Amino acid sequence: MNCGIVVFPGSNCDRDMAWVTERILGQPTRFIWHQETDLGEVDLVILPGGFSYGDYLRCGMLARFSPVMAAVVAHAQAGKWVLGVCNGFQILTEVGLLPGTLLRNRDLQFICDTVPVQVERTDLPWTQRYQKQQVLNLPIAHGEGCYYAEPAVLHQLEQQGQVVFRYVAPNPNGSLADIAGICNPQGNVLGMMPHPERASDGEVGGTDGLGLFQGLLAWYSKSACASQLP
Amino acid sequence: MTTYRAEIYITLKPSVLDPAGTAITKGLQQQQYPGVEQVRIGKYIELTLTAANTAAAEAQVERMCQEVLTNPVIETYRFRLEGEG
Repeated sequence: MNCGIVVFPGSNCDRDMAWVTERILGQPTRFIWHQETDLGEVDLVILPGGFSYGDYLRCGMLARFSPVMAAVVAHAQAGKWVLGVCNGFQILTEVGLLPGTLLRNRDLQFICDTVPVQVERTDLPWTQRYQKQQVLNLPIAHGEGCYYAEPAVLHQLEQQGQVVFRYVAPNPNGSLADIAGICNPQGNVLGMMPHPERASDGEVGGTDGLGLFQGLLAWYSKSACASQLP
Repeated sequence: MTTYRAEIYITLKPSVLDPAGTAITKGLQQQQYPGVEQVRIGKYIELTLTAANTAAAEAQVERMCQEVLTNPVIETYRFRLEGEG
């Protein structure tokens, strides 16, 4: 599974991601500078956490205009995998691959903590390694993580089962419907505020997040075998 | 071409909570401003641009507000345009 990690000026979780995809899972991994326009042969595009462009004007807003983003959007529209974590999630909403937006946390504080997060569906490549309603302990580190969308959009997200992860009470940031992560209707684009990559190495932060990457890899291996059949 | 100056005010939609505004409302009320009812925090942007005429300048500012400067999910805007000649 070829992994591409997009690096914007101000990204700071890119190397943590590569640690998981390359060192832990042993998958070919490439950093993609934001000025590149060709993703090459990547199966999974990751928009990592951080503070792209200093969060100027709105989190994720300027990243939207990076040359690489047209290719990321095309990758998503072709039904291929795109994962946005934290600032990556904010960028996915700004670029329109996911609905809604992320507001300042309810209590106005930057939160750096490990919180319980519940898995809402397990029929996705991202979550197939987990049990439904399984509670994962995942790190969060954000000032703007309060998910917000208009009532009609929220209703649609629930109807279509696009809420993938929810915070277990108490909700840390005030997000509507306790949303911690959502996917697009097709399920190939996932955005989430918690950091699975920071919970993938038993030496630091536990391994509750590793299942997400393992699930993806298992799905990939299965479909790669299937595509080789005559 | 004429140079224009735009003053753009971006505010949160009434339906969106503004926790920072709420905190400041309470702060003001607890000081000597009990009459303060509500504070909403927004953004102010000044920019200059050149355009063929006022209508063209307005259309440009309108578009950049919609597509770039605001997030239509949570924000609204208004602007004032002055020709600098």
